[in-house]
Amino acid sequence: MAINWFKYSSPASFYSLAGKMIPVFVLAAVGLLIGGLYVGFFVAPTDFQQGEAYRIIFIHVPAAWMSMFLYVVMAFWAGIGLAFNTRLSSMLATAIAPTGAMFTFLALWTGALWGKPMWGTWWVWDARLTSELILLFLYIGFMSLQAAIDDPRRADKAGAIIALVGVVNIPIIYFSVQWWNTLHQGASVSVNQAPAMATTMLMGMLIMVFASWMYSIAVILKRLRVIILEREQHTAWVSELRQKEIMG
Amino acid sequence: MNWTSWSEFWSMGGYGFYVWGSYSVAFICIIGEILLISKRRRTLEKQHSLILEPNTKTKEIKNETTS
Repeated sequence: MAINWFKYSSPASFYSLAGKMIPVFVLAAVGLLIGGLYVGFFVAPTDFQQGEAYRIIFIHVPAAWMSMFLYVVMAFWAGIGLAFNTRLSSMLATAIAPTGAMFTFLALWTGALWGKPMWGTWWVWDARLTSELILLFLYIGFMSLQAAIDDPRRADKAGAIIALVGVVNIPIIYFSVQWWNTLHQGASVSVNQAPAMATTMLMGMLIMVFASWMYSIAVILKRLRVIILEREQHTAWVSELRQKEIMG
Repeated sequence: MNWTSWSEFWSMGGYGFYVWGSYSVAFICIIGEILLISKRRRTLEKQHSLILEPNTKTKEIKNETTS
């Protein structure tokens, strides 16, 4: 089946496509969230070292992964928008930033609440924590820069440059636990090693990661639709949409 | 099953403050984000008298007339 993907690179057709996709992702997110929380609290056993405090992992690790992953996706689409001058890609990058910032904040917040009982401190200026804090500042910088520029196309371009430069921080966060001595533990899950945790704990964590993915897609599409309307409100297709819906 | 009672569940082996402090703030953030987007959309719709979700609007009207 040949799908004309370029059709959906126009904001008008993507707007209606996104509208149809959102309920699917919302449903998936809610289902996975309930499943993940059930496994996390009722199936996964108590940790022999950390007791029940480790259950923060089911929110901390998905939030931390999403914070990095969303940044790369945001920078990618911002870069595409910069290189090919495609409006929708830049709007997508703008739509991703607040969700990425939220997950970064949550990773830091849950990390602090986990660090206090386990390390005896809310915060240390070590490589992992500091680079994650810089990630939050990068998100905030991207959003404030775009908000400060009135012309949306210029805002897109300026934001893209900040986003692309900031990508250098992502491998720093990821490898910080190997490169520097840090309080933060090493990766719980990696490609070339067996996971250092019980299967049910890992299951709960992975379900929560998928739930976060589905949530992010749903909420980013929802925001993207608003951004599309904001930017295209004076175009023919939006007034057509309005006409059609007033008549119908 | 890990818990024999609700109070045991809420206390989280003495780590209740840290565990529920994490989950409650995560929950608030998620709800807050959804509400902010809805508010942004409603503001836009009001400003330009856009009616872009006709189904929900007409349903509400129908409900009012039938009930």
